[in-house]
Formats: sequence, structure tokens, C-alpha cells
Amino acid sequence: MTEFTEGESIGDSMERREDLELITGHGDYLDDLKRPGMLYVSFVRSEYAHARIEDIDTEAAEAHDDVVAVFTHEDVEAAGVPGDIPQIYRVPNLTETEHLLFARDKVRYQGKPVAAVVATDRYAAHNALDLVDVNYERLETVTDPVEAANEDAPTLHEERPDNVAFTWGTGDEEAVEEAFEAADRTVSFEYENQRIVPNALEPRGALAEYDPYDEQLTVHTPSQQPFLHKTMLADVLDHPERKVRVQAPNIGGGFGSKSMVYPDEVATAFCAMQLDQPVKWVETRGEAFQADEHGRGQYVEAEAAVDEDGRMTGLRVESTADMGGELGSKGCLAPSTTFGLLLSGQYEIPAIRFDSTAVYTNRTPTGVYRGVGRAEAICTLERLVDKIARELDVDPAEYRRDHLIEPDQFPYETGLGSTYDSGDYEKALDKALDMADYEELRERQAELREEDRYLGIGISCFIESGGLAPSSLSEMFGMGLPDAAVKSSYWESSTIRVHGSGEVTAYVGTASPGTGVETTHSQIVADKLGIEVDDVSLYEGKDTDRVPDGTGSVGSRSAPVGGGAIKHSIDKVVQKATEIAAHHLEASPEDVEFEDGEFYVSGAPGRSMSLQAIATESQVATELPEDMEPGLEATSYYDPENFTWAFGTHVVVVEVDGETGEVELLDYIGVDDCGVQINPQVVEGQIQGGIAQGIGQALYEGAVYDDNGNLLTGAFQDYTVPKTTLMPDLTLDSTETPSPHNPLGVKGVAESGTIGATPAVANAVVDALEPFGVENVEMPMTDRRVWHAIQDAEEGS
Amino acid sequence: MYPDSFDYYRPDSVDEALALMDEHAMDSPAILSGGHSLVPTIKSGLASPDVIVDIGEIDEITGIEEREDHVHIGACTRYSDVVGHDTVEEHVPVLEEATSEIGDTQVRNRGTVGGNIAHADPASDLPAVVVATDATIHAQGPEGTRELAADDFFLSVYMTSLGPDEILTGIDFPKLENGVAAYEKKPSPSSGYAMVGVAARLEFDGETVSEAGIAANGALDRAVRLDAVEAELEGSEPTTDAISTAAEAATDEYGADEMMDDIQADGAYRAQLLESYTRRALETAVDRR
Repeated sequence: MTEFTEGESIGDSMERREDLELITGHGDYLDDLKRPGMLYVSFVRSEYAHARIEDIDTEAAEAHDDVVAVFTHEDVEAAGVPGDIPQIYRVPNLTETEHLLFARDKVRYQGKPVAAVVATDRYAAHNALDLVDVNYERLETVTDPVEAANEDAPTLHEERPDNVAFTWGTGDEEAVEEAFEAADRTVSFEYENQRIVPNALEPRGALAEYDPYDEQLTVHTPSQQPFLHKTMLADVLDHPERKVRVQAPNIGGGFGSKSMVYPDEVATAFCAMQLDQPVKWVETRGEAFQADEHGRGQYVEAEAAVDEDGRMTGLRVESTADMGGELGSKGCLAPSTTFGLLLSGQYEIPAIRFDSTAVYTNRTPTGVYRGVGRAEAICTLERLVDKIARELDVDPAEYRRDHLIEPDQFPYETGLGSTYDSGDYEKALDKALDMADYEELRERQAELREEDRYLGIGISCFIESGGLAPSSLSEMFGMGLPDAAVKSSYWESSTIRVHGSGEVTAYVGTASPGTGVETTHSQIVADKLGIEVDDVSLYEGKDTDRVPDGTGSVGSRSAPVGGGAIKHSIDKVVQKATEIAAHHLEASPEDVEFEDGEFYVSGAPGRSMSLQAIATESQVATELPEDMEPGLEATSYYDPENFTWAFGTHVVVVEVDGETGEVELLDYIGVDDCGVQINPQVVEGQIQGGIAQGIGQALYEGAVYDDNGNLLTGAFQDYTVPKTTLMPDLTLDSTETPSPHNPLGVKGVAESGTIGATPAVANAVVDALEPFGVENVEMPMTDRRVWHAIQDAEEGS
Repeated sequence: MYPDSFDYYRPDSVDEALALMDEHAMDSPAILSGGHSLVPTIKSGLASPDVIVDIGEIDEITGIEEREDHVHIGACTRYSDVVGHDTVEEHVPVLEEATSEIGDTQVRNRGTVGGNIAHADPASDLPAVVVATDATIHAQGPEGTRELAADDFFLSVYMTSLGPDEILTGIDFPKLENGVAAYEKKPSPSSGYAMVGVAARLEFDGETVSEAGIAANGALDRAVRLDAVEAELEGSEPTTDAISTAAEAATDEYGADEMMDDIQADGAYRAQLLESYTRRALETAVDRR
């Protein structure tokens, strides 16, 4: 469907600049890095989900020939550093609980670091783990957040005897109550938005170096936010921030999991500082399953008030969020703003209220994962909307259409604290339905049902708040308060330096985990300055000493916020260049125009000067306007005024085998609108990957624990990631509704696929099961669960 | 992977391998062939052998050979050598079909037929083929060689009638004479192993099934012959109705409570899969006539 063009301007699908190095095996990942005298660390992790530590005997491990040192919480205390990772996004009523590098006297989830074994070789470090003898007194375990909130549940953190980490809410409760009182009927939907293991292809890790003479700490780690890691390392290890440098080598995927700050990463730095020697830790896959913060994990109850015309007049959503055993560094995000602010979806719903209760459980902490909060919100809304349409016996596509916010209603205020920037929702819906041949599909579905074949058609109309984030969000999370660990907002910074040769070096604070940003950012620079991409070097914020400042690559922000920062610096460079050109061309700066790398006098294209000539002038500096400094360089900090609100409609066709419950994905149609596309092929790659993970949540993925808090899906043998063989063909297209406030008109799109796919697939499966009277199958909707749902429905009828 | 250190031997002959196993008998040596059973076990920490005897390079037990009424597959023959092999395709097509569905290309380039069978993972694809085709398994030990019948070979999860001092050297797969065969598998979406896999072999006398060999893996703790299904089919024409009746007999013989029960499939679901995949295997086989 999508036809890609080959140029290098904005809108062209130039090949990714970063790929040659990576696909020829020349790119360095963390595991490739080596330093002279480098030591290796492995972590003794808690084998129990809830236990008191009575004693840790490290003697035998320390006696091992190749072991250099063993560290525990006692050593952190002795060193006099906090060793406690704080919460970044602090909701108003949060009581912070410990998130220590090493367990102090208690473990609260399986996989919590208890001790670090440092050895001269990685095998020795790993094998000596068994020599550390930890004496546990096991405690009663609670793994279900709803149960954990009960009065008789065991307490995880003494400061919060009720196990409630925090509560959060938004929306007009009174208006919602009125809507429900006046309702003709109410429709409710309850489900679990299950835990997902992020599973980046490259596991996490760190290589820490410490120079005791200038007190310089350098940590190499595949971080999506190196500047955040820098700030947090300084805080947790009580080290001057200016003496911490974080470098990210190539990053083999993140999905948000590499944007949190974890105990093991900081502990690696602690070991290096204690030993004055480079120390490296590379996570094993088994550790990644247990220790990478999981995504989702919310138990959701939703209810809609519907009037006599069938219109949604009110919506109430309550979530019980599973925080795991400790509050991860971004634990507060998923059950708060990212969820609550999106609950109006694409629809005009007069009254909405969202309330969440975040609860500690004896499972791995949860954090941000592709689509964080937004995926839960849209999945809830889209599943509920389907259910309302079913109960009203109206077509789900038409029911959606009747509620869509119209293009002339933007900017649209939801009443939840969010304002959508722009949208043309019906256009994307129409296009998707047209591509899917929707009416024909419904006819075929009816025909096949006569033959006991069960076709299901699922739709989701979604939004994505990308472009994290306007500084108002930081205010909501108290990031400006004196006791905040991270005193910063989610602006992005860039520097554009035009060399005397006319070549350009661009610096921007994003740190893309393999998402093509080096290419798309370069395209912006080349396009806006009218030069070749080959004349642009682009450095992302993957080295906090090379790039002046930055925030990173999370929340679908690299293009809109990183790109916005680049555009602002380019504007400043062009402005200065215009003044130099005007000076040389003996014209007023107002009369000088810039196009395709040439500055010319308006109406007299013959009187012109190239960017390159101006760059040379700016460096030679002999004929600059009076009082002008030499150099042609600008730095900007771009604080977006709003999120960018991408959207789209996805349509999924499945067939369910009524005998075995097997679900076959027959067709997948997606229409996305992320405003201006810098590189449509990169955009499509993002959407494809996102859809794969969205399908994963709907049909395959899910972290399963037993009642003792043991992770049963701790390997790829048991945990299904959406493999290529499980993927349907995707038919993708787009519409273009630019963001009015973004300097480039772009909207973040990295999470749209994940947000849109899960409810579309889930709705398709439930639609297929309509003849059986099945109303819901808990996700992942595995063949087994679908089969049982059919059996239960048949037994019940 | 972080294994404990171990001693590694790579003998050139079965005799040499047996001698090494005898020499290190006290250390319970592990036999390595293609590495696709033993290595994952070591990786997950479930095994930590002190001695590994790698038989993967022993020529005398590697290769495919057509013999009078059967095809002999040496134990260390890799899956990838079986897939697309003319002789196997012609005479033991169900072996070729099942082997082509094991893992992925990388796995098939390393894993071996003998390793698969000797490991006796109930969710592996070849045990059902061994039973359905009435294959004969050759073993060699300190006492010499012996032949083991397919029906007596698979005892339980990872348990066979091979002695701890014996090496599986090869398998004789009888040629399909005047018949058709098929393997239908429900792979686990995560591991690719069979949640249920059914191998079906039907020999014909005119339009009548003269002999049926039907076996399943993945369902129980071992590959099992579906006697009741065979009995339903033998002596009758495999019409659609007959196939359905026969498939239903699969779960008459083995109930849901006997099935394996894990996070991917409980016993009740496996029972459903057993019936459905038995029918599919029979339908596919009959379609090939």
C-alpha cells in the first residue's frame, strides 16, 4: 500500500544510516566492550518472593580463588551512600518505600539482588554465586494485587501496612454520578490487562569505570535515557553529578525497559567505585525475565452510562495496579497520567472519572513498557465500546463513528487534564473500513456462521499521547520540589554546529534503542539546511560528555521533541546566517530569504550566498556584522506545549476453530495518522513492531506466577513472544493530520501499533465467539483459553 | 551459558565411546550428539555433568541407508540430512514430514534423530513416528548389541528402555508399502514442541485399511500407540465418518486425567487436541492417496 520514495528530504524513505554497521557486525554492544583489568560481577538474587533475610554468609565465596570481593547491603551502608533508588514521577500522596541496591532485611520478589560477587572472570563470578549462603525465613506471599489490598493480606512494606503504594484519580466524579443516575442503561466490563515481560533482544548490563584521582565515574549501559541514569547514579551513590558520565553503546531494543534505573546497574557502579577497577555486568536471559521491570499488570473495572439514544454519557474506570514488590523508578507512571488522561479515546464522552489504586505484590516490579498506560486505557475503552455496541445490537464501527470527536472540535479538552491537539478520526476510520472491505466482511461472517465457521472482525480506534512531555507534566509529579531526585522536565536539547566547510554536526539528547532516529534526525537537518545527509554527523545523547544535555528516547518523543529541538536550533542558525548574508549582500535581513542551502535577496535570486560561504565567513570572522560573535552554532531547549496526539483505526480479521479454540489471524489492516512523517519507512517499521507486541499481548504473552511468587514463564521455552511465524500480513496506510504545535508538524508514533493492536485483536476474537455467547476471554487469548471459554459457555447454556 | 567445568571426550568409534563411558561410569557421563537436548538442560541448570562424551562425530552411526524392507537412520544423522532426503521421502515419508517440523533451520542443522529419540522428551516429534511406523531401535552396550521394539522403548518423561551404559546407534524404519502417512502437530507457540502431535500410517488392501499405525506424542508422558484408533480403522474404508469415529476413540483410550498438564495446556485441552489432531492426521493421510 505504502509507496516509499528514496530521497533524503523530510517525507522520503532513505535507508537507515545506522544499519550498515549493525548488520555487518561492526556495531559495539555492551557485551563487546572490554577494559584492561576488567572484573565481572554476578548477582545473587532472591529465590523467594517474600522472605526475611536472617543471615548472609559470604565467606566461602570470598575464599574462591577467582573471586575478588562480595558485596551486600552492609557494604553499601558502610560506604555511607544512600543506595536507594528514588521514584522519578512522584504522585501527590506517595509514601516512598525502599528500592535498595541490595535487599536489607527482606526480599519482596523473586530476583531481588541480595549480594554481588565480583571475580576475575565471568564464569567464576557466576559459578561462585552458589557459594554465598543466604539464610531465609519465608513469609506468606501475596501475588494478586486485588488480594494484596485486602486487610488480611501479608504486609510487604511496614510504612504501608495496607500494601497500597498510592492512589490517583482524575475527572469529574460528580458529573459522572449524574450521568449514571440519568442513564437508560449501564454496561460494564472487567478484565485483567496482564503483565508483559519486555524482552528486548539485548539484555541489560553495565560496565563501570572509576578513576579515584579525579573521582570520575563512567558507566557504559544501554540506556534509553543516559542523562537520567547520570542524575540517578549521582543521587543514589551520592557522587557529584558533574563527575558522572554515562555512555550508551548500541542499544539492542528497549521498549521502555531500558529507561528505568535498576538496582543491579547502580550496584555495578558501586562495585567499581569500591574496587577502583572496571567492573562489568551482563544480564542473562533468565535474569532479564525476572529482573527487567514488567509492563502492564492492571486489573480494570469499567462501566459506561448509556442514554436512551444509545450514546455514552458517562464513563467510570477503576484500576488496581500491580506494582510488584518494590516501586520501580518509574512505577508511578502507568497507573496515573498515562492511563487516566486517555480515557476519552477518540470519543466525545461528557463525563469521565478514573481512579487507580497501586498495590504492592510479591512479584517483579512493574515499570514502563511500550504503550505504558495508554495501552491499558485504550484497551479498556475499545473493549467496552464493543461490548456496548453488542448489547445495543448496533454495528461496532458505526457505534464508534457516532461518538467520534469532529475535526472542528480541536483542540479538544477531555475533562481529564488532557487536550488533544488535532485529529480527523473519521477519515482514518473510513479508510480502514474501506481497505478491509468491511461490509463484505460482515456478510462473509454471516455466511460462514451458517457453516459453523467463526470469523471475527475486531476494530480499535485509538489515540496515542506521544511527544513526552510538556513541563506541566513534571509539575504534576512534583519534579521541581526541593526533595525531588530528578529535578527536570521532559524537554529536549540540541546543538547544531555548522563547520567552516559547511558540513554540520548535530547533537541531540535522544538515545534511540534501534528505532532509526539517527536517520530521521539527519534528514531533518539536511532538509532544513538544504545540504546533503552525507554532510551531516548526528550524535544522540548516548554520551553525556559529548552531547551538551538531553532527556532521551521514551514516550514516542524522539521525532516530535528531539526533532523539535533540532528545528529550533536550525532556526537560530538560519537567523544568524541570514544576518551575515544580508551584511554581505548589502540588504536588510528582512529581505533575505533562505531556500535549498542558498540565501538570496527577495526578488533578486542572482544576489545570493550559500550556507557554506556563510559558514566560512562565520569562522574567518573578518567581515561579520558589527558586534556579531564568530561561529555558526546554536543550542536550544525545546519544551513542547502539549503532547502530540497520534491516532488511527486498526481492523483485524480472525477465524476461530470452534472445535479446538485455535485462533488464526487472517488479516490485519492499519491506518495510522502521526502527522507529518519524516521517513515513512521508519514509521511503518515502528508500527509493524508495535503491532507485533500488541498482538503478543492479545494472544500470546503474559508473565505467569504460582501462588508462591515463582515466575513460571521465565524462559522463551514457556513465554511466547510474537515470532514472525505467528504474525499475519499487515496492510498499512496512513492519513496526515499535522500537529499544530509541533515545529515539524510531527506526532510520536512508536507506541501506536502496540496501543491499537491489542484491543483490535481481542475484539476480533470475542466477535468470532458471539454465536457461543462468550463475552470475554482473559488475555492472552490462547487457544486453550478460547477453547475453555467455548466449553464453559456451552455448559452454561 | 555458564556451565560448571567438565571433561569432554570425542571418540571416533562406538567401542571407544563405550570404553569411555565405562571408564567414567562413576561420574554418570552425559552423551552429547547434536546438543539440542543436553545443552538446554545444562543451560537451565538442570544438569551439570562432570563428563561429556560427544558421539556426534562417529561416522559408523551417521547416515541414511536404504535396506531391503526398511530405511536405516544412523543415530547421529542430523535432522537437516533427513529433511528432503529422497529415500526417506519415498519410503518413510512421515519421518521426513515430522522432522521438517522440528524447531527451525538452526535447530535442524544441529539436532540428530538418535538424540531426539534417546532423550524421549514426550513433546518431541519423532517418538510418535517411531511408534507409528513400528521402527526398531538399535542399541550397543558392554554386553553387545540389541534390538528394541518401538512399543517397548518409551517408558516415561526422558525415560527409555536404554541402559545407562548403552548408546542408541540407529533406527530401522520399515518402508511404507502400499499406503499413505501424515504427521499433524499442534506446536507450542513458545517452544515449538508438540502440545500434541499425531503420526498416522495407513497401509491399504484395495480400498480397505489393512494395517494402521497411529501414535501420538505431546499428550501423555511418553509417545503412545493409539490402539483403539488403529482397531477402528483396520479392515474398513477410511470414510469421513469412519475417521471421525476413529479419532473419537483416541480419547476413549486415554482420558484427560492421563494427559500432561502444564501452563500451556491442561489435560482437558490436550484431550481435545488429541482427538482433533488424530482426525486431521488421518484426513491428511487419506487425502494423499
